[in-house]
Amino acid sequence: MSEEKHFISGNDAIAMGVRLSRPHVISAYPITPQTIVVERLSEMAEDGSLDAEFMHVESEHSAMSAAMGVSAVGARAFTATSSQGLLYMAEGLFYASGGRFPIVMMNGNRALALPWSIYGDQSDSLGLLNSGWIQVYVEDAQEALDMVIQAYKIAEHKKVLTPFMVNLDGFILTHTYELVSVPKQEIVDKFLPPFTTVNKMDFERPMNMGMSTSPKDNLEYKYQQHRAVMDSVQVIKDVDKEYEELFGRGYGGLIKSYRIEDAEAVLIVLGSITGTVKVVVDKMRADGHKVGVIKIRYMRPFPEEELLEECSHIKSIGVIDKNISFGYEGTVFTHVNSAIAKSGFSPFIMNFIAGLGGKDISKSHIEGMFMTLLEGDKKKNKVQFVGMGVQINE
Amino acid sequence: MDRPKVKKWKRPTHIDEYSTGPSFEAGHLVDVHSGWRTFKPVVDLDKCIGCLKCYLVCPDGAVIRTEKKIDFEYDFCKGCGVCAKICPVDAITMIKETK
Amino acid sequence: MNSKIKKITARNMTGKEYFYGHKACAGCGGSVAVRLALKVLGDKTYSVLPAGCMSAVGFIFPQMAFNSNAIISTFPGTASMLSGVSVGAKALGLKDYFAVGFAGDGGTADIGLQALSGAIDRNDRILYICYDNEAYMNTGIQKSGLTPYGTRTTTTPAGKNLPGSITNKKNLFEIIAAHGIEYAATASVGYPEDYMRKVQKASLCKGTSFIHVYASCPTGWGTASDSAIELAKEVVDCGLWVQAEYEDGEFKLNKNPKEFASVKNYLKSQGRFKHLNDDDIELIIKSRDLKWEKIRKSWDI
Repeated sequence: MSEEKHFISGNDAIAMGVRLSRPHVISAYPITPQTIVVERLSEMAEDGSLDAEFMHVESEHSAMSAAMGVSAVGARAFTATSSQGLLYMAEGLFYASGGRFPIVMMNGNRALALPWSIYGDQSDSLGLLNSGWIQVYVEDAQEALDMVIQAYKIAEHKKVLTPFMVNLDGFILTHTYELVSVPKQEIVDKFLPPFTTVNKMDFERPMNMGMSTSPKDNLEYKYQQHRAVMDSVQVIKDVDKEYEELFGRGYGGLIKSYRIEDAEAVLIVLGSITGTVKVVVDKMRADGHKVGVIKIRYMRPFPEEELLEECSHIKSIGVIDKNISFGYEGTVFTHVNSAIAKSGFSPFIMNFIAGLGGKDISKSHIEGMFMTLLEGDKKKNKVQFVGMGVQINE
Repeated sequence: MDRPKVKKWKRPTHIDEYSTGPSFEAGHLVDVHSGWRTFKPVVDLDKCIGCLKCYLVCPDGAVIRTEKKIDFEYDFCKGCGVCAKICPVDAITMIKETK
Repeated sequence: MNSKIKKITARNMTGKEYFYGHKACAGCGGSVAVRLALKVLGDKTYSVLPAGCMSAVGFIFPQMAFNSNAIISTFPGTASMLSGVSVGAKALGLKDYFAVGFAGDGGTADIGLQALSGAIDRNDRILYICYDNEAYMNTGIQKSGLTPYGTRTTTTPAGKNLPGSITNKKNLFEIIAAHGIEYAATASVGYPEDYMRKVQKASLCKGTSFIHVYASCPTGWGTASDSAIELAKEVVDCGLWVQAEYEDGEFKLNKNPKEFASVKNYLKSQGRFKHLNDDDIELIIKSRDLKWEKIRKSWDI
């Protein structure tokens, strides 16, 4: 592998991944912390290193709407957003998945107003899990670049034809500089062929797209959409394997575990916090605590089977949620619980709500979470807010 | 072919018989609209001057240009009467459907 | 501009129907606007229509009434999806295609105005046609930003206290022109040849073009189904609808009647205006005259 190494941010890595994927059209609207992606891509379009049309849309709604138009003629589309912008395009998210348009989008995970906050949490994308998009959460800039390229291959697979959201924790990943290996264009071209689809408007075979159905046929099209996301599980695994063969980097499918073989307590996490949790795991392991961590990479399709395979021997499971479904619990926790309930085993479970609006999740917080899990005190409130700066009555 | 023809269509019996995504062949017709009508247009070709005003403004494209001036595609005429009203020589009469 | 372009007439236009077998109400003016534009534009056309009448009546699986490429967009997203289609096709290296959008008055002047403004700003090669039936008809005749003063709709009832809608139509044509668009025009299905000429002209533009076409709606207006074309002619003749173009930065009046036909006759023949009294009508006439005074002063006539 003679890949060039660049010291770049997660946003730069996304832009480079996009260029390597040869999209036809980029339609995007700026929002912190995604802006650098849009800026880099417009620079690349200007200097000619990216052979794509750049559409200066006037909103995120139009960014998604335009991307659907692009996809509907059989061209490859890219867009990027974050937070309020993701919510503003919410109508388009459901529309794009229903229309089976394999658009790839980067989302810089950021808190939702109110109160206003430009800092990171995952309320935005997790709030739109039902929008029918495949959702991956990356851990570093390298994975961000690699996943853009993989995303097109997975999304455009004829069994999948589903849009794909690559999530990066705002600032922590979007703005942190790391050494990133940039694949060679020829090899990417070999890996990612041009986009072909039957689901497009064609002058040889004219189509009426985005039609309406009566109640007789609606469930059937929705089933088709569901099946496509379910079918993406195998495609995701196959594509990652092929990627690893060609580029020497694989990410291990839908989840990735660390030191869980004999673990008594594990934390289930998403995205950039994984690295910190691993450091804590190593330290606690050195102190004799049997702890481990499972990173969920894909929230859609949800890796139920993989999780259960990994978890069934674990006595105590905690989920860190950088989001909260007000009045209930964290969204990831709900998912993990549902999987566990279906499997019939009953570990001690805890939900840690942390890191909202950019609140720091420190090593000592994580160590505290592990200790709570190891203690297994069943009288404790299952949903714990970690890192509160003030006293609360619980 | 100027106008798509009505096709026989069989409802899917297996999920894979549906199209990929909610998109379908352009100009795929399965229904006619003759049943919408209470009146139907009839042209007196002796009076008709072939100005084609009716052809132009028919909302349903149901007026046909012919060598002998005009005719109607009754399968898709909804009987709105726009053609009769616009005719400058009153060559089109709206006649009550009897069936 | 294109003086060499051959005029499209009922006789020489293509016999092919591109909007056929749709479920629009009998006598629908909007379907005339769609049908004629598509006949002018021909085979290599992509149509984009938002949720609204023309999409609701045209894409009911398995009855597909567009006989060429067409897609339904989100309600606010006509212009942005239309742009995406046009730019996507360009990026694929396609030639000789045309992308046209058809949206109603609400879909254009209200919920779709932002995306339309963005598209004009980018100057993407698209034609956006607003078929204006002066209310949200598909949802059951609610007031839109293009509903005229004095219109009875289901959300502007006429009663003891109010004469129906109490706001005037937004000046959509001038809003669009104010962007510095390459070509914009108003038209009416009551004057189909003029409308087709404008569609043809727009199709030759390199950038964004826009046509605001008055399209009668017997169902929403409480008029006979055979009146669609006649009313759309009358609205022009009585001066409540102005036929104009905006080109090279200048406004051009296409029709400058010496005398107007009766506004009262036009209004009173429609259920939506039946309740108006002479004072209301006088108000409408005054506002018409004010508009024409301005136009005659500043536009090319």
